[in-house]
Amino acid sequence: MNAFIIADNIISPLGFTSSENFDELKKMHTGVKRLEKSTLSNEPVCAAVIDTNKLDAAFQKLSAKQEYTRLEKMVILSINDCLNQNKNIDISNKKTLFIFSSTKGNVDLLDASLASKFDKKRIYLWETANVIAKHFNNPNQALTVSNACISGVLAIILAKRLLEENKYDTIIVSGADILTHFVVSGFQSFKAISNEVAKPYDVKRDGISLGEGCGTVVVSNNKSLAVTLSASSRAESRDEGQASAIIISGGASSNDANHISGPSRTGDGLLLAIEKTLKESNVKASEVNYISGHGTATLYNDDMESLAITDAQLASVPMNSLKSYFGHTLGAAGVIESIIGIHSMRENTLIGTYNFNELGVTKPINIIKNTQKQEVNNCLKTAAGFGGCNAAVFFQKHR
Amino acid sequence: MVNGTEVYSDSSLPSADFIKSAYKHFQLNYPKFYKMDHLCKLAMVASDLLLKHNPITKKYASEDIAIIIANSASSLEIDTEHQNTISDKNNYFPSPAVFVYTLANILIGEIAIRNSIKGENTFFIFDKFDADFMGSYNNSLLSSNKATCCISGWVEFYENEYEAFLYLVEKEKNELNIEHTSEQLNKLYINQI
Repeated sequence: MNAFIIADNIISPLGFTSSENFDELKKMHTGVKRLEKSTLSNEPVCAAVIDTNKLDAAFQKLSAKQEYTRLEKMVILSINDCLNQNKNIDISNKKTLFIFSSTKGNVDLLDASLASKFDKKRIYLWETANVIAKHFNNPNQALTVSNACISGVLAIILAKRLLEENKYDTIIVSGADILTHFVVSGFQSFKAISNEVAKPYDVKRDGISLGEGCGTVVVSNNKSLAVTLSASSRAESRDEGQASAIIISGGASSNDANHISGPSRTGDGLLLAIEKTLKESNVKASEVNYISGHGTATLYNDDMESLAITDAQLASVPMNSLKSYFGHTLGAAGVIESIIGIHSMRENTLIGTYNFNELGVTKPINIIKNTQKQEVNNCLKTAAGFGGCNAAVFFQKHR
Repeated sequence: MVNGTEVYSDSSLPSADFIKSAYKHFQLNYPKFYKMDHLCKLAMVASDLLLKHNPITKKYASEDIAIIIANSASSLEIDTEHQNTISDKNNYFPSPAVFVYTLANILIGEIAIRNSIKGENTFFIFDKFDADFMGSYNNSLLSSNKATCCISGWVEFYENEYEAFLYLVEKEKNELNIEHTSEQLNKLYINQI
C-alpha cells in the first residue's frame, strides 16, 4: 500500500492556493511584514498575517449557511480548494477521515470581545474539527492532533499510518493556526521574536517571526487519483514528463527528554526521528535530495538542527527554512512546509531561504540561498517543538 | 487507584490541592513539580505511580517507548490564566513560566524528561476518552515495531474537574494478564474514574 498525495492547498498572506504560494516563493517574496499598529501587540511586531477582508471576501463566495470563526474559515476554504482540484475526492464517504492539526485552534474566543458570538464549546479543538467536518458532511468523528510545532508533520505521518490500517481510503489533513494577541504576547514574554523578518540559519539571526495560515493535503491509497493530478500538473509544469505521483514513504516522532522549552544541546532527539524515518522509507542518507528544515531562526533551534543533520550524514544535502516567508505558523507549519516540498519535487525547483546571507550555525550545513532549478526526487521534512518533541516525514516520487 | 487498588484518597480537598497532597503522600521528590501547571502536575503524579509499579525504562530501550495521551480541554485551564495576564493593558504581565504550559503536549515532555523516554509521542484531542482509537493506534505502533511499549491514556484538568487514567501496553503478557482491547480499556476507564 502507498499513501499518495492527491490534492493540496495553502492559505497564507502570499495566496489562497498552493500554486499562488509556490510562485511567490520562487520569486523569493515574503509574507512577513512589520506591523506598526495591530491588535496582536502593544508594540510594533513583524508577522505574516492574512488580510481579514480578503479572507472574508473569499469565504463569502462559498455561501455558508452559518457563522464560522476566522480559523474555521481558513480551513474550510483550504479543503474546498482541494475538492475543486480533484473531483474524485468523496468527502461525505464513510471511508474519508478528516485529521485536524492545530496548537491553539479558536483561541481568539478566549477574548471577551469574541467569546459571546459562539457557543462556549467552540473553543475545544475537537469541536472545531467536528464543525469543519460537518460543514463538508463528513460522517466520521474528526481526529485532532495538538502537539506543539510538530503537529502538522505528525498529522501527515498519522494519515499514512491510518491508511495502512485500511479503515479509510482517503484522509484529509488540515493544519491551521491563527495569529492572536495570546500567542504573540507569549512569545514576546520569552523574548523570542525578532524585530526584523526572521533570518534562519544566518549568523545574525535573533529570533522568530510568527505567522498564520492553513495547509491541507489529501492523501489516498488509490494511485489512479494521484495520476489524474500529476497529469494536470504536468500540463502546467514547465518540466514536461517530469511530474509523477508523490507518496509519503515514512515518518517518525521522538522526544529529547531534556527540556520543555529549549531544544536539545546535542540534536539526538531529532536525529532519532530522522533515522527512523529514512529507515522506514528504505532510503540511505546519501540518497536524500532536499531537506525542508524547521529553521525558526532562534539561536538554539538552528544550532540544534545543524548538529542533528550533520550526525545523520546529511550535511551536504540542500536545505532551506520557509519560516522567513510564512512566519512560524505553529500547527500549520508542518503541513504548509510539506506542501512547498511537494511542489519543489513537482517543479524540480528548490526555494532559496529568504533573509539568509551567511551561515552561522554550530556545524556547516548546505543552506539554499537562492531559488534554483534542480532535479528533486524526494524531500525530508523535519520539525521540532516545545515539550522536547521532534518529527520527520519523507516524501518520494513514485516510480 | 493503581492496578485496581485504591492507594490514596481525600475527598475533602479541592482538585489542585488533592494533586499536591498526593505528591507529598507518595514522596515523589521531584522539585520541578512545583513549577508545573495543574495539568502537568496531575500527569506527573499519575505517571510516577504507574511507572513505580512497572519499571519499563529498565526493560525497554528509551527510544522504543511511546507516549500517546489525549484529553478534551487541551491546556484551556492555563490558557485562561495566560489570557488574564494580557487582557488589561494597564495590568499587563504575560509570563514565560505560564505561557510554556499553554500546550497540552508539554505533559508528555514532562513525563519524557522525568523518565528519559525518547520514543514516539503524540497528543490527541477527543470530546471523551476514545478507547477504540487509542486501542487500535497503540496496537498498530506495537505491531509495526514503532514501539515496544506504550504509555497511554487520558489526562484532563479544567475548571476544577480532573481525570487521569494512564496505562501501559506491552507486546508480552504481564502478571495483570489483561488483553488490550477497546472493551477492556473502557471497562478500566469507567472503573477507575
